[in-house]
Amino acid sequence: MRDRPARDCGGMRSSAIAVSGLRKAYGDKTVLDGIGFDVAAGSVFSLLGPNGAGKTTTVNVLATLLKADAGTVYVAGHDVATATKQVRAAIGVTGQFAAVDDLLSGRENLQMMAALKRVRSGDQVVMRLLERFDLVESADKMAATYSGGMRRKLDLAMTLVGNPQIIFLDEPTTGLDPRSRRTMWEIVRELVADGTTIFLTTQYLEEADQLADQIAVLSDGKLVAEGSAEELKRLIPGGHVRLRFTDPATYRSAAAALRDVTTDDEALSVQIPSDGTQRELRSILDWLDSTGIEADELTVHTPDLDDVFIALTERTSKEAISQ
Amino acid sequence: MSAVSMALADSAIMLRRNLKHTTRNPVTVFNAILFPIVMMLMFVKVFGGGFDVGVDYIDYATPGLLVMTISYGLGATATAVNDDMTKGIINRFKTMDVSRGAMLTGHVVITTVRCLVACAVIIGVAFAMGFDPNASAVDWLGALGLIALVSFAASWLTVAMGLAAKTAAGAGMAAVPLIMLPFLSSAFVPADTMGAGVRQFVEYQPFTPIIETLRGLLMGGASSGDTIAAIAWCVGLAVVGYVWAVSTFKKRA
Repeated sequence: MRDRPARDCGGMRSSAIAVSGLRKAYGDKTVLDGIGFDVAAGSVFSLLGPNGAGKTTTVNVLATLLKADAGTVYVAGHDVATATKQVRAAIGVTGQFAAVDDLLSGRENLQMMAALKRVRSGDQVVMRLLERFDLVESADKMAATYSGGMRRKLDLAMTLVGNPQIIFLDEPTTGLDPRSRRTMWEIVRELVADGTTIFLTTQYLEEADQLADQIAVLSDGKLVAEGSAEELKRLIPGGHVRLRFTDPATYRSAAAALRDVTTDDEALSVQIPSDGTQRELRSILDWLDSTGIEADELTVHTPDLDDVFIALTERTSKEAISQ
Repeated sequence: MSAVSMALADSAIMLRRNLKHTTRNPVTVFNAILFPIVMMLMFVKVFGGGFDVGVDYIDYATPGLLVMTISYGLGATATAVNDDMTKGIINRFKTMDVSRGAMLTGHVVITTVRCLVACAVIIGVAFAMGFDPNASAVDWLGALGLIALVSFAASWLTVAMGLAAKTAAGAGMAAVPLIMLPFLSSAFVPADTMGAGVRQFVEYQPFTPIIETLRGLLMGGASSGDTIAAIAWCVGLAVVGYVWAVSTFKKRA
């Protein structure tokens, strides 16, 4: 979307991650079609997108697991293509599937990380992480016996060994219960408070809304929008009144009578644009009365990230179909 | 730290990990030892009486059983290597710049150690069943050296198969030929008692010269031709396994 030239990697720079013109294809299937963005140091950047949009591919390129076909990627001031070692020294990655060793205990997993990263006084670091992630009680049990939430916590704790400056979290809360999700969010906020840069991918808008300073929406390998949650919400007029019908015949006549509305044939519902004020709501009701339409259910929606997300990603998939 | 000492330290960490896996999963060790013992009882106590090999059957069969013990322990390695590649942990190691190959070295060393332990147990059981070798200390040393070399070579080959397989189940299957080969060797009956086609296969497959050398070392009458063939096979298999493993690892990891 934005094609910003990569800044030189020497000297002072405020970008923790700078990407431009990033392309990646598998065979003739283009996964990333020239994306670019900057992530300020010490901020949370969220890459938002539906399944298959290319989020994990992006993380894999940024985290040196995958080579890009084209484009420049600087992480912590180093080019991922040429300074792989320096990049790896600066980052920590927690992927979509918990990368813990099932046959080792939580403590042993952390000790292994401390040993591999050559951390001094590793035992203290391990103890502090176990305490911080509330894993002390199960520290000496095999990770295979951990619940999903505990595994994610252990996974993140392992990533934090050695204090990486930049942390990649690829869908860190997918499949977690609401409480575990909130715990993860708390941990992310603490990390940011300590000055860590977070690159987060998620398909949950609420998560991006809660955590991210900057959000980029990825759809079919392209960035379709970028900004803060507030900026994105202003991008599309998402406020509307939704009328739902149970009888298909009533729905069809209502859809025909009401112009300038969005219709959803499957849900038998129509959406009338609205800013959600009392005055406008009354005028809508008057209008419905005058046309003799009686909906079975009426709900008022204020714009949220979901609307932005659906509007933006739908637009690109429609374009793709029409091509 | 230099690259070499980094690689050694990483390999040591990986070996410690594999060692813990082995102690956490004692079934693997138990299997690797129990199955050869069962085979031993079966061949020596059940079939052995019917085979005429010219010497006490336990004396004839023990070298072959040792080789079978090595090959039987390999399936677990192929599966473990494949598990490492298909689970997320490999990506973690990669993004941390863990020395390339440290993981493979860990698997090779632990497999070799496991084979040696299993062989030690089998030798103990053989003695309990009346094994009466005719070997000097030097012969014993030679036999142990050969067992270690065979284990090492087979480990590299198995690690390569584990890396090449798409799934853990496939990896387990890939090791089956290695488990079957000792049966088609001179492990249990001399090659010259077999049918023509089988005999040729038996004579030219790697395990036969290895078993004959081992038999020669333990029971006397080692032939230098077999010894050279055995060592050549081991070195050859180790090199093939190593090259195959490293190139597959680079491709996949």
